[in-house]
Amino acid sequence: MKHARTLPVLIVIAVLLLAVGPFLPRWALFLVTVSLCYGIVVLGMMLLMRTGVVSFGHGLYYCLGAYAAGTLDQVYKVSDMAVMLVAAIVTTAVVSGAIGFLLRKYRDIFFAMLSLAFSMILYGLLVKTSALGSSDGFNIAASKIAGITVAGTGSERYVRYALTVVFALVSGIFMHRYLNSHMGRLAEAIRDNELRVEYMGASVRNVIHVNYMISAVLAGIGGALAAIAVGHIDPEMAYWTTSGEFVFVGILAGTGSVLAPFLGAFIFETIRSFAYEYSPNTWQMALGITMLVVIMFLPGGLWSLFVRKRKAA
Amino acid sequence: MAIVLEAKALNKTFGAVTAAKDINVAIEQDAIVGLIGSNGAGKTTFINMVTGYLKPSSGSIDFGGRDITPLNPRQITRLGICRSFQIPQLFNSLTVYDNLLVGIGIVVSGGKQWSQASHHTGTPQEAVDGMLERFRLTEYRDKLAGVLPEGIRKLLDIAMAMAVKPKILLLDEPTSGVSADEKFTLMDMVMEAVSAQKVTVLFVEHDMEIVNRYTHRVLAFYEGRVIADGAPAAVLGDIEVRKYVTGESAHAAH
Amino acid sequence: MAQLLAVLIDGLIYSSWLFIIAVGLTLIYGVMKILNIAHGSLYALGAYSAASLAGYWLKQGYPPMGSYAVMVVAAILVGLIAGPIIERGLLRFMYGKDEIVLVLVTYAVFLILEDAVKLIWGVDPYFIAQPYGMLGNFSIGDLTYPNYNLVLFGAAVLIGVVLAWVLTKTRQGKMLLAVIHDREMSGAMGINVGKVYFITFTVGAMLGALGGALTAPMISVQPGIGAETIVLAFAVVVIGGLGSLPGAALAAILVGIVRAAAVHYRPELDLFSIYLVMAVVLIVRPKGLFSAQEARKI
Repeated sequence: MKHARTLPVLIVIAVLLLAVGPFLPRWALFLVTVSLCYGIVVLGMMLLMRTGVVSFGHGLYYCLGAYAAGTLDQVYKVSDMAVMLVAAIVTTAVVSGAIGFLLRKYRDIFFAMLSLAFSMILYGLLVKTSALGSSDGFNIAASKIAGITVAGTGSERYVRYALTVVFALVSGIFMHRYLNSHMGRLAEAIRDNELRVEYMGASVRNVIHVNYMISAVLAGIGGALAAIAVGHIDPEMAYWTTSGEFVFVGILAGTGSVLAPFLGAFIFETIRSFAYEYSPNTWQMALGITMLVVIMFLPGGLWSLFVRKRKAA
Repeated sequence: MAIVLEAKALNKTFGAVTAAKDINVAIEQDAIVGLIGSNGAGKTTFINMVTGYLKPSSGSIDFGGRDITPLNPRQITRLGICRSFQIPQLFNSLTVYDNLLVGIGIVVSGGKQWSQASHHTGTPQEAVDGMLERFRLTEYRDKLAGVLPEGIRKLLDIAMAMAVKPKILLLDEPTSGVSADEKFTLMDMVMEAVSAQKVTVLFVEHDMEIVNRYTHRVLAFYEGRVIADGAPAAVLGDIEVRKYVTGESAHAAH
Repeated sequence: MAQLLAVLIDGLIYSSWLFIIAVGLTLIYGVMKILNIAHGSLYALGAYSAASLAGYWLKQGYPPMGSYAVMVVAAILVGLIAGPIIERGLLRFMYGKDEIVLVLVTYAVFLILEDAVKLIWGVDPYFIAQPYGMLGNFSIGDLTYPNYNLVLFGAAVLIGVVLAWVLTKTRQGKMLLAVIHDREMSGAMGINVGKVYFITFTVGAMLGALGGALTAPMISVQPGIGAETIVLAFAVVVIGGLGSLPGAALAAILVGIVRAAAVHYRPELDLFSIYLVMAVVLIVRPKGLFSAQEARKI
């Protein structure tokens, strides 16, 4: 798909989703909402992959976003979605800004392992924090949005859904423009040849740091929206296997277009929901086999099915 | 002529290996200098030190009167010293066009620090197309850098070095890997592009014909030292150079 | 004073366990440059197999001391079966791809094996506590420990010494070291790199399974132990330096003592003291405690 068509497609899909929303059964609404949350996180993973790094610890920010939202409700009795999202963005930006100073010096396995370590540190902290429910976590109820109370109106589910659709659209548009800008090309240049980038006068570490922060904020937004949709948060969101799921969807989707993460997330969530219901002890196996198939036969991810190679010499 | 680059008493050792020994060199503005020497003589080490990739064990390097010894490659590039590589360092999964666009984009986003007069006119896209023309790469515009023939890769590597507006251009074996009949075409093109801007050029070469034809001055390296420094004819005729670098006296002996 | 001693002993016990679970991982990485996430599954397979087989052995009334041998045999069998299947059946087709791609392949294998374990053994926990308590206890001052911990310590030391000896004194071992240093060169020198990979992966698998088998009597064997353990093994390997056996030993000791100290003095840090150690070590030594020199690129 030519990238000039991507934005219109994004907008059309978003509008369609919003229009169709009130008529969807509850389970479909929920499935789409959660898929979009994951898709937003994977947008960030895609940016990192284009920059040549794989994070095995983005559960850290997914969880931080969710707990930022949850703590507002649980501890401060603020249950406004807008405030929760702002809190998630600020928290993840600050933490990724700090951690980024360390992580930007590493690549490959070390980047993956260090990022994993930080997520496991959060996991360990949360499990031992009884005020936040330890390993059980706690429920959250977002009853307002920007001051308007939605709880009990009957359209709360739609509001959460619509909010998620809007954020997904905005993130998609932002990422699309970012990836097609100088920064996007620079990211790919870094992935290809860091030395050359430094020898052309750009700071590889600065770019990695910035991209890391962007991906972290996206993960935080995804986490907060997921928390609002699901109504429950727990430390499992920071466990390394959650981060592994983001990596999995990233590989599944491929880096070809900002539409890919959402497609990948939707397929992932669909498989997960149905597999879990009918055969809870084989859904991970199904995931693993799918990943192997994609790695072996579709190295560009599912998205490469849609793209005809137009650049080969 | 003003001295634009000066190396003072440069030394570099790696454990027991001496890669550079007491190198004192002053390069004038707009000079075209050839660096010759057999493999391992210290030419690439010299370039690596000038561009900040290696730190000398002792000694210093001045650029335009400023000590650049402690700086890293990125900072040195931003000051105006750019290089091409023995093995072309490209962005293989990007097109030729995008390879250059990245470079120009870096310059454009550099803003105030790159305040000297811009060599590029118009939009970044126009600047790239201009460079493609100057280096006769237009036909490869949309090809991925990773699949190009070796000679074109070298050309692109040099073009990328030029894209970031150098005051000094260091070329590491620009014609190695290029077929004999293409060498002169390549060098002609590079020198033409260079003379359009005020650039001082240093290049490492093994081909003495190229050295003879394009340089005003030659530095001969041997075991980390500069053993001759002067006009091409003089240096290439020097007895030590013939013995240790060009190997002519060995052949003459037969 | 007693507390310091407790920290030291607890630390060394934990270190032994960490070394055993990490050594196979670092060996495989060193030779094949693959960070094998499936190592966690092999650990789990070893634990489950040991629990089942030893459990069966004891239930049948065979000599209880034999259960130890059964556990070890179970681990070796797991390694001998799973190792070749994974290496010959899958990994061998992926060599040459990016390091991170290989990690993802092993992650996929991990996911598959996690469910395989559930399908074979179900989701209920297994307990095989008898071998743990059978050997009695030892005391130092006021502190009492099951003697089984000495077995763990002894096993760690034995594995370390045997591996060190094999790698440095035998011909096969030296070939392994050559491959660790330079895969291409070793191949050019006539070393059968494919065979070396096969043997290394199988040995690594056996060591992983052995870790699980030896741990089985100390825990409740249930789904998820593989996932918990692999992150700890990673941390040890990264701290010690990828591919370094002495590094893994030193890292295990360091982490073990730090964690024991955390448990005694600052229990809230217990779960992630290992990651704090990793972050600190990497700041000071970016490639871990023992890391290889890198050659000039340009």
